[in-house]
Amino acid sequence: MSATAKLPRWAELGLLPLVNLLAALVLSGVIVKILGESPWAALKLMSAGAFGSQEAVGYTLYYTTNFIFTGLAVAVAYHAGLFNIGAEGQAYIGGLGTGLVCLWLGAWPFWAVFPLAVLAGALGGAAWAFIPAWLQARRGSHIVITTIMFNFLASALMTYLLVNVLIRPGQQSPESREFSAHAVMPAAHELLAKVGVTFTATPLNLAFLLALLAAAFVSVFIWRTRWGYALRVAGQSPDAAVYAGILPPRIIIGAMLLSGALAGCLGLNELMGSQHRILIDFPGGAGFVGIAVALMGRNRPLGVILAAVLFGALAQGGSQLSFDMPKVNRDMVVVIQGLVILFCGALENVFRAPLARVVAMFGNRGGEE
Amino acid sequence: MISLYRFATSLFVLGVVSVVHAGNFLPAIVYDFGGKFDRSFNQSASEGAERFKKETGVAFREFEITNAAQREQAMAQLAKRGATVIVAVGFTQASAVERVAKQFPAVKFVIIDAVVDLPNVESVNFREQESSFLCGMAAALASKTGKVGFVGGMDIPLIRKFALGYSEGAHYVNPSVEVVENMTGTTPTAWGDPTRGAELAKSQFGRGVDVVFHAAGATGLGVMQAAADAGLLSIGCDSNQDYLHPGSVLTSAVKRVDVAVYKAFMGAKDGTWKPGKLVLGLAEEGVDFSLDQHNRALITPASEARLRQAKADIISGRLKVSEYKAQ
Repeated sequence: MSATAKLPRWAELGLLPLVNLLAALVLSGVIVKILGESPWAALKLMSAGAFGSQEAVGYTLYYTTNFIFTGLAVAVAYHAGLFNIGAEGQAYIGGLGTGLVCLWLGAWPFWAVFPLAVLAGALGGAAWAFIPAWLQARRGSHIVITTIMFNFLASALMTYLLVNVLIRPGQQSPESREFSAHAVMPAAHELLAKVGVTFTATPLNLAFLLALLAAAFVSVFIWRTRWGYALRVAGQSPDAAVYAGILPPRIIIGAMLLSGALAGCLGLNELMGSQHRILIDFPGGAGFVGIAVALMGRNRPLGVILAAVLFGALAQGGSQLSFDMPKVNRDMVVVIQGLVILFCGALENVFRAPLARVVAMFGNRGGEE
Repeated sequence: MISLYRFATSLFVLGVVSVVHAGNFLPAIVYDFGGKFDRSFNQSASEGAERFKKETGVAFREFEITNAAQREQAMAQLAKRGATVIVAVGFTQASAVERVAKQFPAVKFVIIDAVVDLPNVESVNFREQESSFLCGMAAALASKTGKVGFVGGMDIPLIRKFALGYSEGAHYVNPSVEVVENMTGTTPTAWGDPTRGAELAKSQFGRGVDVVFHAAGATGLGVMQAAADAGLLSIGCDSNQDYLHPGSVLTSAVKRVDVAVYKAFMGAKDGTWKPGKLVLGLAEEGVDFSLDQHNRALITPASEARLRQAKADIISGRLKVSEYKAQ
């Protein structure tokens, strides 16, 4: 019994995740049943809540955008053999950069604010990833530990800034004043209205396209450039990399800078696209979900996008589920999301061997006929 | 066939029911991150809504949020599904209320712990400094070491308001009292970390503190547990928490969020609801210190008399409690 039973490519990328997902849904169904609700009705509510209307699709893709950014961030670091747990903090500081640009340059036209906001977000995230990267590269401090610690540092720094510096005077809530109308991302319904398509107003915005572009960029970068090649070699075999003349410290720092920059773009969607102000704890755990997204997407950009859609659907569908089925409260929704992560990430090998046998059986029979 | 028929009838019935509901009075409530079972702030709101339901038989809808985007989404959805009055619990919901209230001018909104200046919003705020002041007095009166503690949740202006009132109250009784203050954290998880709350309380006990006041939501449960374990005193917050550890909880800084919610629902039902600012302090019975069978033995008659006198003085304006102002 090996955990590395070989599966054909279509089964590896298509069938196995599907079986895992199904298993998670069946177990969730049992839990819903125990709570005294109909599992079938819950599934229908969840899928309708995630994809059943324009509003549902808009919210699902809005959450998806966050998860694509953080999922890509984790995936890029992973290819270099680094486990970046700090996407949450990098997204937080990146968002600070984006937010400050939007606050300061509110009088400028959108086409001028936009590139600077993107740049500031990426720079903020990259800067926050740089210190753990440097510590790993030069001092050997483990990146997992340092990036976790930097999440807390980011949180403390942002709370200080929001409570003492950026807060809109005369209010309780630690959040900045609202961005001016020039400094917000065009929403999807506004953009679609320009081409004559009516779409319900949702937080979905231009940042979604940026996320897709980022995925395309990562794809090209990792598999089509010398840099990406060096990064993968260093990740898979540091010794071979040194032998080939690749300097691991440089790769570590470069990969983490890119990873942090990707995570830092979350603010474009969350702050510039939806909330239109800097507020406390806006990444809301998306940095951690990004780890699950990257694992499920096998660290490939297309996989990350698909996994991000799944998690976006779970976030949005789950919220609708608790809205319409009060017995399934928000904690149960987290349980269901957790089961999906458990089956698709941690237990992915449970079904691998049986599936390989089944596939082999069908394959053999096909050969005899 | 039969099941299909049944299905069709049930669909029909459902349809009729929802139509009937749409025409009716439908109150709704949106809780914040703490969740409706935090035994403190949100739970108090939930109790107010439940009381309304019990007395009037009118059902209400509720939603607990898990991320920032859901606030606006939930409120808009409740408004679309025919909610007549929506209570948003907690200051973090202010900006969401501001946006959704503009979209649905016919729906009544109530925001608790913040101010939203719109013609269809009622803003309910509490003078927490007044009840904190009384609790500070109670703490200083009960302390044998002359050191009293404060454990806040997340370090935000609202919690500093509690801390300031508490400290002033303690110094009012005993000018040389030492007040040890700790905040649990800088993220919203600081509201739900009883373990850390217990650690902070223990470290304060180690420094000689023998009465500790928490304004930390569910984190405070750990603070109170630690005090009970050490045989020392704690002071509860928001809800009356005296019953949690009888004999160890000196008193609670009660904040009647339940009354605010109940009144909002009732007012909206009777047509007496009014938009604008509503500030509830000791005078309006919006905040108070608690005294019941669980803590009666802990507060001496002399202390009680001083507390009641101070309460009367604050209400009459003779005794001024400063309010923490951000910036």
